[in-house]
Amino acid sequence: MTLDDSGYRGLVLEKLSAAGAKVGDTITIDHQGREYVGILMPRAQVGRDPDHVVIKLVSGYNVGIRLNELSEIHSIKSGRKRKRPAEKTTSKAQSDLPTVSILSTGGTIASKVDYQTGAVNPALSAQDLYDTVPELKDHANIHARIVMSVFSENIQPADWTKIARSVSSEIKKSVDGVVIAHGTDTLGITSAALAFALQDLPVPVVLVGSQRSSDRPSSDAAMNLIRATDFVGHANAAEIMVVMHGQTDDTFAYAHRGTRVRKCHTSRRDAFQSVNYSPLFKIDETGIAELSAPLLRRNPDRKLKMKPKFDDRVTIVNTSPGIKPDVIDSYVDSGYRGLVLAGTGLGHAPEHIHSALKRAIDAGVIVAMTSQCIWGRVNMNVYRPGVEMLEMGVIPCENMLTETATVKLMWLLANTKTVEKAHAAMSECIVGEISMRTEQSEYRIQSEAC
Amino acid sequence: MSDEGRFRKIGLMVGLELHQQLNTSRKLFCHCPTVIRDDKPDGGFVRRLRPTQSEMGAVDPAALFEFQRKKKFYYEYYNDTTCLVEADEEPPHNLCEESIDVALTMATFLGSSPLDEIHAMRKIVIDGSNTTGFQRTAIIAMGGKILVGTKEIGILAISLEEDAARKIADDDKENMKMYRLDRLGIPLIEIATAPDIETPSQAQETALAIGLLLRSTGKVKRGLGTIRQDVNVSIKGGAIIEIKGFQQLDMLSTLVELEALRQERLLEIRDALHERNISPKQISSEPTDISDIFAGSSSKMIKKALKAGHAIYGVRLPGFAGLVGREVQPERRLGTELSDYAKFWGDVGGIFHTDELPGYGISAQEVAQLREAVSAGSQDAVVIVAAPMGKCVDALEAVVRRAREAIEGVPAETRTPLPNGTTKYARPRPGAERMYPETDVRPVKITPSRLKRIRKNLPETLDSKEKRFVKDYGLSKDLASQMVRSLNLLLFEQIMSEMEVPATLLAVTLENTVVSLHRDGVPIERLEDNHFRQLFECVTKTEVSPDAIPAILTHLANNPTSGIQDALDATDLGKIDTTEIENVVREIVEDRIDFVREQGERALGGLMGVAMKRLRGRADGKVIKKHLAAEIQRVLTSTEE
Repeated sequence: MTLDDSGYRGLVLEKLSAAGAKVGDTITIDHQGREYVGILMPRAQVGRDPDHVVIKLVSGYNVGIRLNELSEIHSIKSGRKRKRPAEKTTSKAQSDLPTVSILSTGGTIASKVDYQTGAVNPALSAQDLYDTVPELKDHANIHARIVMSVFSENIQPADWTKIARSVSSEIKKSVDGVVIAHGTDTLGITSAALAFALQDLPVPVVLVGSQRSSDRPSSDAAMNLIRATDFVGHANAAEIMVVMHGQTDDTFAYAHRGTRVRKCHTSRRDAFQSVNYSPLFKIDETGIAELSAPLLRRNPDRKLKMKPKFDDRVTIVNTSPGIKPDVIDSYVDSGYRGLVLAGTGLGHAPEHIHSALKRAIDAGVIVAMTSQCIWGRVNMNVYRPGVEMLEMGVIPCENMLTETATVKLMWLLANTKTVEKAHAAMSECIVGEISMRTEQSEYRIQSEAC
Repeated sequence: MSDEGRFRKIGLMVGLELHQQLNTSRKLFCHCPTVIRDDKPDGGFVRRLRPTQSEMGAVDPAALFEFQRKKKFYYEYYNDTTCLVEADEEPPHNLCEESIDVALTMATFLGSSPLDEIHAMRKIVIDGSNTTGFQRTAIIAMGGKILVGTKEIGILAISLEEDAARKIADDDKENMKMYRLDRLGIPLIEIATAPDIETPSQAQETALAIGLLLRSTGKVKRGLGTIRQDVNVSIKGGAIIEIKGFQQLDMLSTLVELEALRQERLLEIRDALHERNISPKQISSEPTDISDIFAGSSSKMIKKALKAGHAIYGVRLPGFAGLVGREVQPERRLGTELSDYAKFWGDVGGIFHTDELPGYGISAQEVAQLREAVSAGSQDAVVIVAAPMGKCVDALEAVVRRAREAIEGVPAETRTPLPNGTTKYARPRPGAERMYPETDVRPVKITPSRLKRIRKNLPETLDSKEKRFVKDYGLSKDLASQMVRSLNLLLFEQIMSEMEVPATLLAVTLENTVVSLHRDGVPIERLEDNHFRQLFECVTKTEVSPDAIPAILTHLANNPTSGIQDALDATDLGKIDTTEIENVVREIVEDRIDFVREQGERALGGLMGVAMKRLRGRADGKVIKKHLAAEIQRVLTSTEE
């Protein structure tokens, strides 16, 4: 790491450069009559700063020293490059184990900490995976591949296309299943996108993530990864699913349908919940239990249908008290082709934006309605303004998730010949994203109720 | 030789790490109250922890061992006093500023230099006591010293760290440890001294002195378990032994003394082994299955083990005859140390060794056969264990490892204190602690203006408070010392500032009277601050005589809801006015007029007893005496006339 990207600025950077110090070097700081000795740490991760230099003391503690013009820094020993012990690479394939491809897109499920700098680096190769989760080799023969390395909030629709193609090429290698490691922020959205892009799957494909990064002893990464690997290796199902912790305990994981799952908590291990639907499988140490039938069963002979394109001129508009019609207008004027309105209650939007919506629809923009309530089905027949929007051509999305509806509209606009066809398909179930019955047990916002 | 001389000769070096819980309004990294609870928890959850791969290498061997045993952890929580942070389901909140202030106050007391920017670290701990698998900790200040007697003890660092979860039980059947989250995250201030301490009594004095300073901040918790010490002890040629979690401050010198003794004895055993020309290489025996020998044994333990399908294994320790049974601490032999290893690494109940056999129902004949089976000569010792086969092997391999270390001297270990001041093996000493930055928490900059505020509001140390109590309040040195160390200190100071009370009377009431009432079975724990306040208001207004205090407090303790007036009415101990005293005194004197005439002024002594009995508690003894003397004088004068 060079000093430039170490997070130092101003006075500290000047003094460090003058002393010829590099991150990892042992330095002394003479400051106000005290001498501090320690290893120079980067500070990008804890916040950039022009005044404080961070060193690691012999005791292992990091401390920050505020410098002034009089402080002196000397580099006394340059940091040694630590060589990673050469470990025996991937063990031989075991014939009685399933073969599983693990594709990595980023996120914290496979990362290693550098105990010196505290930097968390992605573990990307199969070897890295075996290093972080050594038991993995007892569960499957792993093919590991890096598709990309991005924080999941930065994933774009074009990335879904890339991931879909990578999955397809793994499936062509006749693997028993595919696991995609993904950051959790948009994991549920990518899973919905892949469900539309990859249809008629011969084997299961699951996305997996972790809510505690894998450099921590308490990480959920290892359990999620092992359960996901076990699951795609053995489950009699063939669709896009998400495998994550089922509860706060390290006991079991759920496999959720890719189009019906949502991250419902910012930080809990069991943040992922099936919304308006049941999880499909419960996976624990002893095996896999089916809770709801999958779309398709495993059939290695089935031919995968890939339609990986998405039109990214679609967005979500949350209605809110005070929303102005120009919000809608500006999207229309910017050339957006689809709007998913996350309305209130059964699917409502303030009447003062109705004319803007009408203008959008008249301009050929598809407008679909979901609900901010998250749980439940939209029904625009109950109140008059709803009926008026229906008459305008707003499409009610039944009990489809807002995010899934957005992805679906992006996909339809890129894969249907006419706007009319896209319009019609929006409220029809294609890959299990809509169901016409909602069961009592499908509303659970309390994990304890599981 | 003086104590000091003796310990200097063996090169005793002691360093202390005091951990004191802070009584802050929130925990160190979340906004939960710092409350320990004994009522039924609201729920719990199961977790596992895995040793993470370090790019710097070593995984803590004991931690790895626990993980390989597939140990599970169960955490109990309370809805209203623990949150998702303790459950490791939410990132930590920022460092508690109040705790930092306490640490900065201590830094000022000890002359330590505060750091300019505080960085929280994660210290890997995967025994389950932290849900995260690490303990968050930060250095606040470095350097400084404390004067103990005439000796300067250096301070290495002042840190803040989160307390660990409280272990509730072991569920061996489920291979699970049970913890409770109430204690997890309570701020601990850690004060680490340099290894400057040279005698056991100095260790205890240092701990007391630092403890008193901590209390001076007014922000520390009191009571059992709120202060814990790690004690590092070594002697010349020995090893640094870390005794963790010691709580009985008054036993600290004993603990240090017994550890010094243990290391001396282990070195003697080493020397004995050297004399016998035993080298570590010779101790390489494999554990041998010797179950057959004991098929017809009359030992209850052996019979029980065999019946359960367990095996008996033995291993030879060449040259160890007579040494295994040698005492290293009271009631603890080298054999006990071997047994500790067997228990930890082999999960067995214990071992037998030939220095204590025949015994425990094992016959001389069986011992002879046993020696033969492992080819042990008369100079050799044999250790046996009864357990499932795998455990037998693990246990005896650990015994062999420990025996090998006996030839080198003292193995570096972490040890657990026992109630009598001895210690037992806890685990190998972890290597350099694996620490890395807690990147979820922003560093805290310590500004000059904050330090100025701390210095300006520095609390009076208890030491100077004690001196002030002697000088200003006229307390005796002992009473002043007792008062500043008392839980009632705050109440004492409040009452002193609120009213004109004789300080000694107040201190004696709070410290001695209450204790003796407690001894008599009075439920003093029901007395509230306000009871004392009301009582002393009455004393100030001379409505209550000091002699009546015990009776009034007893009444209040038994009837905590009643006010002071009720107590006075019920006990009939309200002070009577002067006229009534005069009347009573006159009555007494008149009834015994002949006695008074006969004895003259000496009658005072005899009549005082009578008067006190009639007026006990309702009037001050001195006042009674004054009136009585005056009355006697009056009678005598009138007689002379």
